[in-house]
Amino acid sequence: MAVTDAPKIITSRFDVADGHTLEGYVRTGGYEGLKAALAKKPAEVVEEVKTASLLGRGGAGFPAGVKWGFCPPGVFPRYLVVNGDESEPGTYKDRILMERDPHQLIEGVLIACYAVGCSQAFLYVRGEMAFAQERIAAALNEAYAAGYVGKDILGSDFSVDIVLHWGAGAYIVGEETALIESLEGNRGMPRLKPPFFPAAKGLYLQPTIVNNVETLSNLPWILSNGGAAFAALGAENSKGTRMFAVSGHVKNPGVYEVEFGVTTFRDLLYAPVYGGGIRGGKELKAFIPGGASAPWLYPEHLDTPLEAGVIGKMGTMLGSGAIVVFDEDTDMVKACLRLVRFFARESCGKCTPCREGTSWLEKILERIVDGHGRPEDLDLLLDVCDNISVGMNWPPKQTTICPLGQSATTPVASAIMRFQDEFEAYLGGPATVTVEVKGPAFVGPVREEVGADA
Amino acid sequence: MARFSEENLETALEIRSRYPIAKSATIPLLHLAQEQDGYVTDDAMEHIAELVGTTPAQVLGTCSFYEMFKREPVGTYLVNICTNISCQIMGGEELLHHAEHSLGIKAGSTTPDGLVTLEDVECIAACTEAPCLQVNYRYRHRITIEEFDQLIEDLRAGKLADEVPPHGTLARTRQHIPAERAAGNADPAGVPEPGWLARNAEGADA
Ligand SMILES: Cc1cc2nc3c(=O)[nH]c(=O)nc-3n(C[C@H](O)[C@H](O)[C@H](O)COP(=O)(O)O)c2cc1C
Ligand code: SF4
Ligand code: FES
Repeated sequence: MAVTDAPKIITSRFDVADGHTLEGYVRTGGYEGLKAALAKKPAEVVEEVKTASLLGRGGAGFPAGVKWGFCPPGVFPRYLVVNGDESEPGTYKDRILMERDPHQLIEGVLIACYAVGCSQAFLYVRGEMAFAQERIAAALNEAYAAGYVGKDILGSDFSVDIVLHWGAGAYIVGEETALIESLEGNRGMPRLKPPFFPAAKGLYLQPTIVNNVETLSNLPWILSNGGAAFAALGAENSKGTRMFAVSGHVKNPGVYEVEFGVTTFRDLLYAPVYGGGIRGGKELKAFIPGGASAPWLYPEHLDTPLEAGVIGKMGTMLGSGAIVVFDEDTDMVKACLRLVRFFARESCGKCTPCREGTSWLEKILERIVDGHGRPEDLDLLLDVCDNISVGMNWPPKQTTICPLGQSATTPVASAIMRFQDEFEAYLGGPATVTVEVKGPAFVGPVREEVGADA
Repeated sequence: MARFSEENLETALEIRSRYPIAKSATIPLLHLAQEQDGYVTDDAMEHIAELVGTTPAQVLGTCSFYEMFKREPVGTYLVNICTNISCQIMGGEELLHHAEHSLGIKAGSTTPDGLVTLEDVECIAACTEAPCLQVNYRYRHRITIEEFDQLIEDLRAGKLADEVPPHGTLARTRQHIPAERAAGNADPAGVPEPGWLARNAEGADA
């Protein structure tokens, strides 16, 4: 089992009792990255982040430095919006980062604003996270007083306000264009891309960079230690380290920062310093590798390295770093229903395939679980899925304004393709499945002759 | 009386001053209204509309989109039990059923004494600490049935008043930008290229 001795990049202060205060932060190397950034030209800071190949940690995994370059030249003001709306089921990392190391995030925000030329930053924190808001408010107040935020930062010509903003409970607001709508005081409904790519037309229709809390929290280390040092860690297509929340049926559920690529799912689920194995000596049945929207994986995939490219080719994603572990006793039909219910509840209602499709999926699954399912229901479910996500492929083909609709189809396709027998137990007899599902992760049970060494 | 009190109006104006476009303050001001009255009243929405320069209907439209805003009074304590995937498989649904039984109410309703409003909620980002819940948005991690009963008892006895503020109070620490340290809002219609970007042009290799 490969547990690397890679340094902790973003969780290094979790053991420092006063790491959330300015004093504790500065004592442990805080705001050195900002100083290093201010000693460079903004364009050099962008280069440093490109060298680091820092991928976005919000779900889509887009390289941060490249995204920053998408702001149209000469159009000002530019804004930075921090996505702290963390609400993808299974995901728990941004909240800890905000609660335990708020200054690290603030420093990251400052570095990004300096590099991109943003004149104001908004830190959008999920409404339900009262403690995170308190910690950030306290940290901002300290940082302003000490000259780290606001006018003429550290005596330089760099000036930017960071405004703490509250959400109010809506998963869809995590989608970047919905986040912007919400920040403008509206219902959080996504905008069509194009033309509303935030980097071109974002907040108040100005160029806007939206970055995730974890993404930005990496910047102080990158600027202090260099992009090359960051890129020396991890794998070809995924540099550095990443936080993973391992939840469900493991002995030690927890949030772990691990090195990309070198670490495998098996390490995360079974190594004593991480998940510690399936609780109660049970067998692993399946796991979700990257949040509720990600197609499921199975025991034959345990030795896959945690690397975005490799996992993308398999037909799923590391998404928001949320690994949910199911043991052999889990009722996968009920798990599927719960995930689908989530998407049905959270659909913003703007697009027909998503609004109608997700609620039909929920109703059909409900009747199956209630014992009123019909033999043709699995085909019906897949047919509805196919209408939301044509061809059930990966990456999914988009029929809607945002990817939420497609996300609702992944638990359905995963569950039906792999656990048809569990559905049949509810149906009380064999089911027909004729709709074709193309996504490579939507695989049936491994048979002896195929071999289990994926 | 459900417009902002004098003191809250001052806070509201300070919040509004942090946005280049006043309407962006809508959600923070809805929270402030809920903090004042325990829920969002029609009068408060009217006041917010005046403050951010929009119509009460627009404010209602925004308000009604978000789960946290209650437009009717709720219990002193909002108990939100997560039943999403990580909590479901760790006993979250059983916890919810127990809560419904012991409180004698269905999720979505309030106990007759007005103490608790129970809700069945989506993931609250504590998945590794399942099953979990929030009381007025303060977390309880890895909670057992026994601990749940104790929690309700403590709430009833008023023992948690320090830890758990009344419904509506979000962060008890607020951001405050001192005037002399403020960089100022970036008006979308009139902010030039920031001065520090000019450094990119300095030197031969720019
Ligand atoms: C339905 C939906 C929900 C999302 N929720 C979040 C979220 O809670 N937090 C987040 O950072 N990104 C979320 N995203 C991704 C954002 O749209 C965006 O890609 C991300 O914030 C960009 O930051 P990054 O490049 O630093 O990852 C969501 C996307 C979708 C489609
Ligand atoms: S896909 Fe669903 S959530 Fe996304 S914009 Fe359309 S209706 Fe709204
Ligand atoms: S699933 Fe319950 S907190 Fe995330």
